[in-house]
Amino acid sequence: MVQISLPQNSKIEKGKYYKDKTGSKNLRKVNIYRWDPSTGENPRIDTYEVDMDNCPSKVLDLLNKIKNEIDSSISYRRSCAHGVCGSCAMNMDGKNGLACTKPHSEIKGDINIYPLPHLRVQKDLIGDLSTLYKQYASVEPWLKNSNTKSEKENFQSKEDRAKLDGLYECIMCACCSTSCPSYWWNGDKYLGPAVLLQAYRWIIDSRDEERKERLKKVADELKLYRCHTIMNCTNACPKGLNPAKAIASIKKMLATS
Amino acid sequence: MSSYKIIDHEYDVVVLGAGGSGLRAAVGLSEAGLKTACVSKVFPTRSHTSAAQGGISAALGNMGEDDWRWHMYDTVKGADWLGDQDCIEYLCKEAPKAVLELEQYGVPFSRTEEGKIYQRPFGGMTKNYGNGTVQRTCAAADRTGHAILHTLYGQALKHNTEFFIEYFALDLLMKDGECKGLIAWNLNDGTIHRFRSHITIIATGGYGKVYYSATSAHTCTGDGNAMVLRAGLPLQDMEFVQFHPTGIYGHGTLISEGVRGEGGYLVNSKGERFMERYAPKAKDLASRDVVSRSIAVEINEGRGVGKERDHVHLHLDHLDPNVIEERLPGISESSRLFANVDVTKEPIPVVPTVHYNMGGIPTNYKAEVLTLNGSAKTVPGLMAIGEAACVSVHGANRLGSNSLIDLVVFGRAAAKRASELVKPGTPHEKISDSETDRCLDRFDKLRNASGSNSTAELRLSMQKTMQSKCAVFRTEKTLKEGVNEIRKPFEGMDDLSVKDKSLIFNTDLVETLEFDNLIRQAITTMDSAYHRKESRGAHAREDFPKRNDEKYMQHTLSWCNGTKTKIDYRPVHSSTLTNDVQYFPPQERVY
Repeated sequence: MVQISLPQNSKIEKGKYYKDKTGSKNLRKVNIYRWDPSTGENPRIDTYEVDMDNCPSKVLDLLNKIKNEIDSSISYRRSCAHGVCGSCAMNMDGKNGLACTKPHSEIKGDINIYPLPHLRVQKDLIGDLSTLYKQYASVEPWLKNSNTKSEKENFQSKEDRAKLDGLYECIMCACCSTSCPSYWWNGDKYLGPAVLLQAYRWIIDSRDEERKERLKKVADELKLYRCHTIMNCTNACPKGLNPAKAIASIKKMLATS
Repeated sequence: MSSYKIIDHEYDVVVLGAGGSGLRAAVGLSEAGLKTACVSKVFPTRSHTSAAQGGISAALGNMGEDDWRWHMYDTVKGADWLGDQDCIEYLCKEAPKAVLELEQYGVPFSRTEEGKIYQRPFGGMTKNYGNGTVQRTCAAADRTGHAILHTLYGQALKHNTEFFIEYFALDLLMKDGECKGLIAWNLNDGTIHRFRSHITIIATGGYGKVYYSATSAHTCTGDGNAMVLRAGLPLQDMEFVQFHPTGIYGHGTLISEGVRGEGGYLVNSKGERFMERYAPKAKDLASRDVVSRSIAVEINEGRGVGKERDHVHLHLDHLDPNVIEERLPGISESSRLFANVDVTKEPIPVVPTVHYNMGGIPTNYKAEVLTLNGSAKTVPGLMAIGEAACVSVHGANRLGSNSLIDLVVFGRAAAKRASELVKPGTPHEKISDSETDRCLDRFDKLRNASGSNSTAELRLSMQKTMQSKCAVFRTEKTLKEGVNEIRKPFEGMDDLSVKDKSLIFNTDLVETLEFDNLIRQAITTMDSAYHRKESRGAHAREDFPKRNDEKYMQHTLSWCNGTKTKIDYRPVHSSTLTNDVQYFPPQERVY
């Protein structure tokens, strides 16, 4: 089971069981973490029997089906439904991912759905990402370049532009950071894989004129070196990016500069 | 409604929405020294701009000769002459500046061998007023919207824009026909917030979710449009709904027009490249309404592919896999995930899918909202930009890659105009609580609804009606049926059920409020479509197959109060903004 930050003085209880009403022969059990801050009750796991004959292929489709047809009170974030907005990151079958790109057929047995690990849960599957967003802002994710009023673009060679591939695609879903044990224990100080990947995206941009300052800023025992190359981040990334490699590149640049 | 605790804020300007246009406006406003709040129901980088793929148009001329006047001609023609040419002139002339600015902000554009911004061909984009294709669409691979959105969010952070994230806006605060701010519900802690501002800028995007199958995100519910309707103001040209020719069959995921820009083509069940018949010159790069109609005709005449013969194939398996990897990596991923297709080996199954709303809140080229009161008049204190607005630069049909440029050009224009109109720190006048009470009455009524109809059922009924009665081809009969049927889900709200009564992240209530917003726009769309008895751009009437310039060189304006609508018209502008370019008189539109 995933590590969840539970509300204080609480334990997870067995919740409601929603029996199938469609008479379908093709049912799956879906267990979902539920917690409503306004009730003062303990978190619980509700179980839904879902008719799989009339359910499209992804976990998000399954959640939408439950919300639309069985229990409208369940809360989760969702938007684009095709893996570009990063809203529906959650823990499915013990692994972080995007509900909209994760096929439920890949999950054997009951389908267990939890919020992203170690975040303060705001309600049901919705985790508080405000710390991560503040950390993102702290790496100053904008181009620092004196050419701001020119009539021409900054030139960048194809080779230099290719260095941004595998970095700029990050959708900030937080699957990586919330899968990282180091981030779990020191998430208030360690920047974590998502933010470090973004830091590297600006460090390595040939147009940026403040590479040195950027490197100096992250060269910190806690901000950067809490990465112990566990590689959970790279394993978790639903976009196939490699934050561990980006972190290693920052370390290498610091070691050789 | 004293039971709700209200938290008051005062700002010079409030921007509602944090997608491409909202962020661009917020950046400009902060730069101008105006105290600015940006309110959004999602974290900025979750906005639907992130889903834009192919690129952003601007006549930079990086890949061959180009001229903003050619871009203007293409846009006028793409719009089927329903666009206002003064506004289109402004868009196309300002476009190169706006793109260069994005580059300087840090957008990771793809590059040419010389290191300039890479540009690709796109539908309807031509050189020398329709003579040959031009490479005008600036691209960051096929993730241009994502790249722009993240970069703009970075700029907003740089300028210390104050964000109110995961706040759901409820209504505008109006006083004597002027906008004085808005009311929003903070999903994080359940509190109600009243923002008073000298100018409110609506940047809430489109309302694609009125349809069953759309490339739009779940969150594309046109909340700002509905707030405008509830404020007693009209929406414009709502009948013009763009169907993107290539949504993945069965799922609706967008497959960029950039695929055809890079050489991809469509085939029917006979293996025929059918676009050659419909658009001999532009072929697969004709404008979207033309390609979508052509696909619909192929399917209707039995030449669709698949078991149900209800879609067509998009080939790019003939392209160099390195080109696909470099320029179209995102659609390779989407095709694998949602169609189980390896694009280097097999075609993608595609079908026209609802994608964009040309209609929206009427504005002038300075982003000031218009209403009709005898003649067109601005609404003091209110602006609109992006897909929520109808400037109108897209007229009856938008060209691909003209939406991203619309976001930044008019986001910028709104900030500029606001800084002319508002002196930083001007005190706010008192407004009575009656507006707040009316807004919270609606909120409270929906929250405590305990009838028998679920929001999901009503929404599905609305979506199915729109999909079957107001689709690519329309007739008097389908629209008349549609006008009746689309009112039923609205009436269904009288017996609505909202299960969750809480205030923190109550997404049951969020979806209900979103439905209340959607259904009003669905009604105005259907009614506007019914009243336009001609075919123009995306509005194709089988019973009126010709464009009728004598009667309909006019923008439709629609007011909606519950199920009651009022339709009126205002003439399309018949002049340009400056003497830099001549007005393009209406012509027959062939590609």
